[in-house]
Amino acid sequence: MSSLYDEIQEVRARYPEGSRSAVLPALRLAQERDGWLSREALAEVADALEVTPAFCYSIATFYDMFHLEPVGRHTIDVCTNLPCALCGAQEVVEAFESELGIRAGETTPDGGVTLRAVECLGGCGYATVVAVDDRYRQQVRPETVPAIVEDVRG
Amino acid sequence: MAEQHKVLLAGADERDLTQLAEYQAVGGYRAVEKARAMTSDALIDELQKANLRGRGGAGFPMGRKASLIDRKSAKPKYLVVNADESEPGAFKDREVMARVPHRLIEGCLIAAHAIESTDVFIYIRGEYLTEYEILAAAVDEARDAGIFGDVRIVVHRGAGAYICGEETALLESLEGKRGQPRPRPPFPPIQGLYAAPTQINNVCTIATVPVILELGAEEFAKTGAPSSPGTAIFSVSGNVARPGNYELDLGTPMRELIYEHAGGIAAGRELKAVIPGGSSVPALTPDQIDVPLDYDSLGAIGTFFGAASLIVVDDRCCMVQLAIRSTKFYMHESCGKCTPCRVGTRWMVQILEAIENGTATHADLELLDSVGDNIMGKVLCALGEFAVYPVASYLHKWRDEFEAHIEHGGCPFGSSSSLDGILAPSDQHAHTPAGTEALV
Repeated sequence: MSSLYDEIQEVRARYPEGSRSAVLPALRLAQERDGWLSREALAEVADALEVTPAFCYSIATFYDMFHLEPVGRHTIDVCTNLPCALCGAQEVVEAFESELGIRAGETTPDGGVTLRAVECLGGCGYATVVAVDDRYRQQVRPETVPAIVEDVRG
Repeated sequence: MAEQHKVLLAGADERDLTQLAEYQAVGGYRAVEKARAMTSDALIDELQKANLRGRGGAGFPMGRKASLIDRKSAKPKYLVVNADESEPGAFKDREVMARVPHRLIEGCLIAAHAIESTDVFIYIRGEYLTEYEILAAAVDEARDAGIFGDVRIVVHRGAGAYICGEETALLESLEGKRGQPRPRPPFPPIQGLYAAPTQINNVCTIATVPVILELGAEEFAKTGAPSSPGTAIFSVSGNVARPGNYELDLGTPMRELIYEHAGGIAAGRELKAVIPGGSSVPALTPDQIDVPLDYDSLGAIGTFFGAASLIVVDDRCCMVQLAIRSTKFYMHESCGKCTPCRVGTRWMVQILEAIENGTATHADLELLDSVGDNIMGKVLCALGEFAVYPVASYLHKWRDEFEAHIEHGGCPFGSSSSLDGILAPSDQHAHTPAGTEALV
């Protein structure tokens, strides 16, 4: 298995020399390895890209998909933007809250699942959209929530 | 059921067009051969004649954009495809990438030839993981088949930021920076990606380019509406019986889309509002929906074609709650660069919440308008305006509902609004993190 450093060099080669364009893919690689971006991981990415850790931090804090704190082994993101909201997204959030015993924005005590309400996922015609570990489940209704949770918990 | 007119999505119902051989079997990659036999001048002329208007929202003619590129520049020329589809209500680009990725790729190769570029970047929003995988596989397959010539196509994933759909913020993000808009001028055709001439177009715009070459610009210009040729994929969401994507000629009546294609209002309810271009545009009342779906017709009634994305709202919805939910999104996505947008969107949420909670006065309605006026035109990009357009339209068209909140001392819907208690991601910040209770 290649190291994070090597993988980042491979990604860097896709972009013009001297550009910082590889920072998003590099941060994503680090997050895929660790599940989140610790200060140490940010320093590692910075080293591989020959930039400062502060620069990496400034980027990681700007984009919603980077986790700066540990998250659960699985993530459940429920879209609550307008089109899903009009079709009952709030009831879907509440069904997940009750099934998991946590509130949106929290992680189960066993570190298994993080539940979040998120902004538009781009599946508005198939409301409610729920991203389970970044894979979309569409037309989710409160009654289909238990099966999704069971599936995630494996 | 009324028929769709599938042009961008042609063939995808019958075949798996994510496969190169299948796309070639329906004539795929012949348009690029035709284009490569032309000089770039002749190709740009052809694109200008077609009058293809940008499908991302602004409606700027694609061919005209190409003509602005400084092809004599000593710097590389770049083509950037905006696949950062993030406007609430829009899910058309996603379907194009998932079902007809080669049509998009072919469009890239043609547009690249027109502007004499060999470097193409497709910036796809980070959340579209499945679509990224399909598109990246299609790019690999077409490249390996030798179709690219000397063109390089890089599919670049975003990481969750609505603002990166704004073209200069997208360029910043692609350069590895925080996605914050740039002042203009210089415009991207003069100084875009890596300070070089850059053409930026939406996925559906570029995926329409092969169709222009197949039909010929003159024939293409005769389709759709006179001022807006071609088809568009309309995303319909909200309270309709059959939400989804419908590819139709531009100029199709909005009523036909909502009532015939999308099956009308769900569960026998009444129509209350249509937000026609994605959540950022002024809403229409039920008496305004006899309008052709094209750029100029929607502009004439004070709204926008936008991202061809209709959010249909039924009579259960409280317009103040709709405004809160919409504004919280733009507040969350404001990049923070311009003060009027960064502070103004937050202020708008506070005023709207006071109206909803019954602590506002009539003067707050004027204040809400005034905060909006102080965002409009005073920011670098359209995001601030996107927060204001819808709210101003709700306030002016459903003013009695806002006033009822004030007179009633709270929401007249009680808890029976379809948006009651809806959670926005920004609300999660109010939760007390585990273990911090002792610090309070």
